Amino acid sequence: MSDTKLKRVDLIFGEYSNVKYKVLADTLKRTNEEILEDLLESGLRGRGGAGFPTAMKWKFTAQTPGEEKYVICNADEGEPGTFKDREILSRVPRKVFSGMAICGKVIGAKQGFIYLRGEYKFLLPELIKELDGYNEFAKSIGLDFPIGIRLGSGAYICGEESALFESMEGKRGEPRNKPPYPTTSGYLGKPTVINNVETFVNVLMIMRLGSTQFKLLGTSDSRGSKVFSVSGDTPIPGIYELELGMPLDRFVDEFGDGDTKAVQVGGASGFCVPRKKFKDTVIGFEGVPTGGSMMLFNSSRSMYNVLHNYLEFFEEESCGQCTPCRVGCQQLRKGIEAVKKSEKKSLYLDQLLKLSESMKLTAKCGLGQSVANSFSSIVNNFKEEMIY
Amino acid sequence: MKNTKKETEKKINLTIDGIEVCVDEGTTILDAARKLNIHIPTLCYHEDLCVAGNCRVCIVEQEKAKSLPASCATPASEGMVIHTNSMKVRLARKHIVELLLSEHHADCTKCYKNGICELQGLASQMLTGDHMFLDLVPDHNYTIDMFNTAIIKDDSRCIRCQRCVRTCEELQGVSALGVAYRGNHMKISTFFEHPLFEVVCTNCGQCVNRCPTGALIERNYIDQVWDAIYDPTKHVVVQTAPAVRIALGEALGMPPGKIVTGKMVTALKRLGFNAVLDTDFTADLTIIEEGNELLTRLKKALLDKDPNVSLPMFTSCSPGWIKFIEHTFPEFLGNLSTCKSPQQMFGALVKTYYAQKRKLDAKNIVSVSIMPCTAKKFEANRPEMRSSGYKDVDFVLTTRELGIMIKQAGLDFEALPEEHFDSLMGSSTGAAVIFGTTGGVMEAALRTVYEVVTGREIPFEGLNITPVRGTEGEVREASLKIEKVKPEWKFLEGVEVKCAVANGLAHAKKVMQDVKDGKANYHFIEIMACPGGCLGGGGQPIPTNKDIRTKRKQAIYEEDLGMPIRKSHENPEVQLIYKEFLGGPLGHKSHELLHTHYTPRKRY
Repeated sequence: MSDTKLKRVDLIFGEYSNVKYKVLADTLKRTNEEILEDLLESGLRGRGGAGFPTAMKWKFTAQTPGEEKYVICNADEGEPGTFKDREILSRVPRKVFSGMAICGKVIGAKQGFIYLRGEYKFLLPELIKELDGYNEFAKSIGLDFPIGIRLGSGAYICGEESALFESMEGKRGEPRNKPPYPTTSGYLGKPTVINNVETFVNVLMIMRLGSTQFKLLGTSDSRGSKVFSVSGDTPIPGIYELELGMPLDRFVDEFGDGDTKAVQVGGASGFCVPRKKFKDTVIGFEGVPTGGSMMLFNSSRSMYNVLHNYLEFFEEESCGQCTPCRVGCQQLRKGIEAVKKSEKKSLYLDQLLKLSESMKLTAKCGLGQSVANSFSSIVNNFKEEMIY
Repeated sequence: MKNTKKETEKKINLTIDGIEVCVDEGTTILDAARKLNIHIPTLCYHEDLCVAGNCRVCIVEQEKAKSLPASCATPASEGMVIHTNSMKVRLARKHIVELLLSEHHADCTKCYKNGICELQGLASQMLTGDHMFLDLVPDHNYTIDMFNTAIIKDDSRCIRCQRCVRTCEELQGVSALGVAYRGNHMKISTFFEHPLFEVVCTNCGQCVNRCPTGALIERNYIDQVWDAIYDPTKHVVVQTAPAVRIALGEALGMPPGKIVTGKMVTALKRLGFNAVLDTDFTADLTIIEEGNELLTRLKKALLDKDPNVSLPMFTSCSPGWIKFIEHTFPEFLGNLSTCKSPQQMFGALVKTYYAQKRKLDAKNIVSVSIMPCTAKKFEANRPEMRSSGYKDVDFVLTTRELGIMIKQAGLDFEALPEEHFDSLMGSSTGAAVIFGTTGGVMEAALRTVYEVVTGREIPFEGLNITPVRGTEGEVREASLKIEKVKPEWKFLEGVEVKCAVANGLAHAKKVMQDVKDGKANYHFIEIMACPGGCLGGGGQPIPTNKDIRTKRKQAIYEEDLGMPIRKSHENPEVQLIYKEFLGGPLGHKSHELLHTHYTPRKRY
């Protein structure tokens, strides 16, 4: 039994020091080059889902000239099926602050912000208390990097980094055109590093353990571990920190209920993997990446309903500014309804697949671009469920 | 400085559709392609506005890139290889246009913009005969706001390109239109979705000028005007604003910048108007009234030391500006010249002076105006604009509406002979013509005021007071030292009269804020609501851009130079009306007919 078990890791939630902010204080003594070198060596990639190499992001921002720069922690955890940032922020907030402060040092920022999902308002009292402690500590060691909190208002789109900046600036949360990227023009048009909550914690752990030890975990494309939010048809839902690069069949063996027919990896904007592909699917950047969401579905679930639900979600959560996303989502949802009701021939699904491909190619931001992920993976793998 | 120069000199080499092109750093793919005469279709893009990149029609294929970037929003980069018409691009673009059509109420033959709609143009280009997707219109609870006398907003025709939103915010600083809701419910709306007439909308019509579809249009009065023309009991008088004669040609297939005054007069006569008169006449009259008003205020301030006199004085010709100040700076209404706009002066005189001279019963006169403006429609409907005892101006048509009427009548506009305005309220001067451009009222006023005060012509070569000629996108400031005055104007000796000229409400807002903050000490400020002044008005032919407006402006100054009389006070008919009817400037009759008052309004 034990050799089939996935390797549990305790990097994120584990205690690392009895002395408050010791790793941070130690890291601040190192040079920026050393820190970046370590990060680069570790192969850490962003934990929000897209997986951009963290060291590169920081390096680009550090290289952009400018007095005013910002570090932003993206805690607008809105992807359906993801709930790990909530846990991280409530259990190990200091690790997050430390990672942000290290980033501030490296890129030359004098201010950090946590953009907290509106629905996580209940975390605020604890978080503010912890932040006060951090800010006091920073002051005591002469670190000019206070961290503040900005609260979202419930829009999924504000998790998209440029929409998040707009929201922080008091505007309507709509994604911006890219380029420019946040590394040159982010919050208030200033060079900005924006990372996921978990990424900052990973940075801190790399600083503590060194890149070599971090690299022992995971695969060459997906270094380290990842916090997974496991939900759906599983006897043991919850939050698990596992090594990256695991094959999906082993994950299902451990978390499934014995009747798993599909796993939605990466939430509504991720991919649906059917049973027959479990064996060949690796969870990681070389395979199917995920921001942490793992939703299991057993044979009692209608994949049509699952997809319909996602599409309704996107239809509402699209900011509405760009055509492919605003209208495309409506057409996909209405289109599968029409096929289901036999108002349209099943061939219409091919038309919709092409449309979703166009959305992927032309939508302004990641939201509209990723609708095609779940759409095509569900339609292609469960076509008969779409029609009958 | 050096650095920026270096940066602008940096060149980027890229390949578009197999052709190599070299552009300045920062140039978008769209502009680079235009340099090669490759036309990438656009919808949300507009030269006057910031880039939105939201319609996605202008997508292109970039080799080695994962997605298809929007060419309007993506700067060219070194070594880029772009395909503007690849298979991928064609399909994606067709999808996008089909998507737009699926949420668009495409009953084109019932649409005011039929034939000039940009979406329709794209649809015909892409042969979208067989609609690919499901009709989403029934799923939406689209509303039509038709409560406004000037502008109609039909959400069912909106493609959410946000040109109007950007226009309202960037060019006009008004922000009456904004984006509400998100996702499938996203729409262009107003404060709490109130109808346009209940919000800060100034009716300037700049959004109408830029809307690619029929979502924002002027309320047209074409049929009412035809009815009046066909009614044998009515005497239908038409007046034409200065900026119409240099733009009407565009609505009828001519290039921008053509002066078509004579053809326009002929066309109006052939349409059946009983008298074709000129708003320029009352523009000259405005100068006399407003000039004297300014001098009176200056006298009160400088000679009588009256602390209550309201200076600076603001011009009041632009109804968009009037509604703006009523909403935004109501505490400054006392600073507005009490002069009605030339349109309304004209209307009041048509049903009094003109009726009397022509021995007509005012109730049988229908007064029509052709304006470059949509706000004039609102202005004509103001309750205070009935001093003749009737509605002073019955119907206001835009330049575009006149263009439609001329087409309806089957006139070959370009081939028309040129005729003159009818007399009595038909004569005008070069000073009146330049009312149509930013800085024109100021220039016309100075030409007259300076001469009244000193007895000499204003000392500018050829009467061209170039320092006050406004330019788009900036507030023009100028001052004029008054010397060797006539004895009765002694208090003005050596006084430096300070003026400012602003066009576009965003700039008006800036000037007003400076005045409010005590940072500016002007005597006289000319404000026109629209970019470039009336020549860029919301009722002018579509499309509009800086190039087109520059050509219109050149035409206006050309028209001014070509006029035999170029100073308002020398207009013989103006002199006549004072002698025969009004008495003197600012006299009792003037006050009754030519001056008005304003209404403070709330922001919301």
